[in-house]
Amino acid sequence: MFSKRRSEEMAPVDTLWEELKHAHIASPAERWILLCGGLPCSSTSCCEVKKATQDELDKHRLSLEIKEIGCIGDCSEGPTIIVYPEGVIYRKLKPDLAREIIREHVKAGNIVERLLRGDPEPREELRRREKMPFYRRQSRLVLRNCEVVKPDIEDYMKHRGYSALAYVLSQMTPEQVIKQVKLSGLRGRGGGGFPTGLKWEHMLGSPGEEKYVICNGDEGDPGAFMDRNLLEGDPHSVLEGMIIAGYATGAGQGFIYVRAEYPLAVRRSMQAIEQARENNLLGEDILQTGFSFDVELRTGAGAFVCGEETALISSLQGSRGDPEPRPPFPVQSGLWNLPTLINNVETLANIPIILLCGADSFAKIGTAGSRGTKVFALAGKVRHTGLVEVPFGTTLREIIYKIGGGIPGDKTFKAAQTGGPSGGCLGEQHLDLPLDYDSLLDIGSMIGSGGLIIMDEDTCMVDIARYYLDFTQDESCGKCTPCRVGTKRLLEILTRITHGEGQEDDLERLEYWGRLIKNTALCGLGRSAANPVLSTLRYFKSEYVAHIRDHYCPAGVCERLNRPRINQEICRACGLCARICEAAAISGSKETGYRIDPALCTACQRCLEECPFEAITGGEKVHA
Amino acid sequence: MTTETSILEGELQARLQPIVERYRGKRGAVIPVLQEIQGVLGYLPRKALIFVATELSIPLAEIYSVVSFYSQFSTVPVGRHRLEVCTGTACYVKGSHQLLEELGEKLNLEPGQVSPDGRLSLATTRCVGACSMAPVLKIGEELYGEFTADKIEQLLGSLARREEADRE
Repeated sequence: MFSKRRSEEMAPVDTLWEELKHAHIASPAERWILLCGGLPCSSTSCCEVKKATQDELDKHRLSLEIKEIGCIGDCSEGPTIIVYPEGVIYRKLKPDLAREIIREHVKAGNIVERLLRGDPEPREELRRREKMPFYRRQSRLVLRNCEVVKPDIEDYMKHRGYSALAYVLSQMTPEQVIKQVKLSGLRGRGGGGFPTGLKWEHMLGSPGEEKYVICNGDEGDPGAFMDRNLLEGDPHSVLEGMIIAGYATGAGQGFIYVRAEYPLAVRRSMQAIEQARENNLLGEDILQTGFSFDVELRTGAGAFVCGEETALISSLQGSRGDPEPRPPFPVQSGLWNLPTLINNVETLANIPIILLCGADSFAKIGTAGSRGTKVFALAGKVRHTGLVEVPFGTTLREIIYKIGGGIPGDKTFKAAQTGGPSGGCLGEQHLDLPLDYDSLLDIGSMIGSGGLIIMDEDTCMVDIARYYLDFTQDESCGKCTPCRVGTKRLLEILTRITHGEGQEDDLERLEYWGRLIKNTALCGLGRSAANPVLSTLRYFKSEYVAHIRDHYCPAGVCERLNRPRINQEICRACGLCARICEAAAISGSKETGYRIDPALCTACQRCLEECPFEAITGGEKVHA
Repeated sequence: MTTETSILEGELQARLQPIVERYRGKRGAVIPVLQEIQGVLGYLPRKALIFVATELSIPLAEIYSVVSFYSQFSTVPVGRHRLEVCTGTACYVKGSHQLLEELGEKLNLEPGQVSPDGRLSLATTRCVGACSMAPVLKIGEELYGEFTADKIEQLLGSLARREEADRE
């Protein structure tokens, strides 16, 4: 049923995409070279690759453009160049390989087959970027510019940049803009999923001499990098969305708040603001329409809680990032007690698309309650990591296996973590669930900002819950007791479980504290802080039980609980191990086979050394 | 008041005054001012905080509440090369905690410590958003992806060569 709905809904994405793509490659016959200049690529000797490419071009007197774009989002394979018009993608380059590509491919016209990388696709699919499953199966609308347009204003304008703004300012009233945004069904991409058009409407109706628009680029969730990529690769799209938001809601001043951990995103956003000012797209009387709006850039100072909108406001005011109770909502009383609209980076980047292609087309993408596409940051134990943009309603299976190429090294999938510290872990039973705001809430997780970490059989779910609680406990601002004390208690319990000191009723205790935090914490981040615990308890309970009752970590992660295991397929049931075990931890018979009781085992490793068939593995020596 | 600011004599005063002047009169300026000062000095010594408090007429306690809240700020000196291991989820899943431990052993430094010669410091950082390259080591603005502890000698060598080149 789902696949049918999906195929009907895929069509508009393709049309919209086709329409936008036409503006992109002005002259398809032209030869040019694309070089990825994102943060990961530029830290993997992309400068040397660029220099080598240019040197080689000069040497052969070839004059063609090397276009350094923001980030193509295929970050595990950098440095990357794409040779057009064929669209052949070469990855993991070194300077001498780049020289060879110029000589062989650009000059002599022969694709350098040897350098095409990307197991497991068939070779012929590797020749062209758009045939590779990683790209072919995506619907890149928000990311469309990140792979072809340089992050500067000239190139952006060549690709219909700021045409949505010009249209809005000259042809539409603020009410009409809001109506379009409402019709599109766009919901906030930062995690909350609040309808954007409705928020704008509240803001427009909110009285105030001055009003502010804030672009929330405080992407603090570990494992998420959608906003970094957008601000590095297509900052003007975000800025354009912001100016339109300002016009539609009656604001005159904007702030882009970016994490300090993203230096390149900060620089590119700054440059975008300056270029927009030079072109009268920011400042007084924009495009002679009488509308004035300016933007200032602020960097965060390293506090996860500042992603929460009221905490972000406190931070912009120069204080500690303490959240405030809502209501009043920021659109009523926000920065300096004036109406303030806060939208996430990706939300704002969707605005020009909606106005360029029409709210109707946009609303045809996705599912009933979640319109449009979502950018996920795919990482962890998956073959192809990087940014993946798909319509809402796409399944985890599609993302992990079709786009991401599956789990590396013949391991089996165990869990997918969505939504960072506010989200939860999904198991194998959720692989065919269409992902959207509501389906994930129903199963105790959330789409969050779009972090998607894949875990395989070697990941311990209790340890992962402990990892997240360690994070939230450390980042808790301390203002409200449920979060400050509650996360601490949860962490203590999880830590003792991973140390093998868990108690029978710890599971009930985790449940109790988790619900208490969920129901009583002050801010959204506090209320969702227990999600990683509650969701792993729900879907991976047997792992908790193994830790507590058997003092055994099935994934072999928790150091103090790592015990030797008998591989039943190799074991010949000779019984030698049971005879030599000093702790009498091994029992069984010729018929039933032998097992090690992890509760009795001291991990002396004698059985492991003596087994004639090498059927026993694991079990580092216990430190204590 | 003059006795407090006079601690910032000579060069230090000359370096910090323009930063404060640029933000004077702007609302919510404390964090950007502190960020810029840390950018110049590498950390925030107490006398710099007193200077900011005096110049911007903000109670020193309030400045401290901000400095202690945000993890970016350091009130103790850091090494000239600050080695930071990313603690993001993707890095964690790929063993960043072991990387941190092994680096600590090789460099003989605990996380948060500076080497006696002031050259290196070891620390952790929140997710740098380069999850595809996990585990990531960050030095200044540069990221080193899929990093393993056995690559550290080579990396320290190239840092030393760069220092040498800078001196020349």
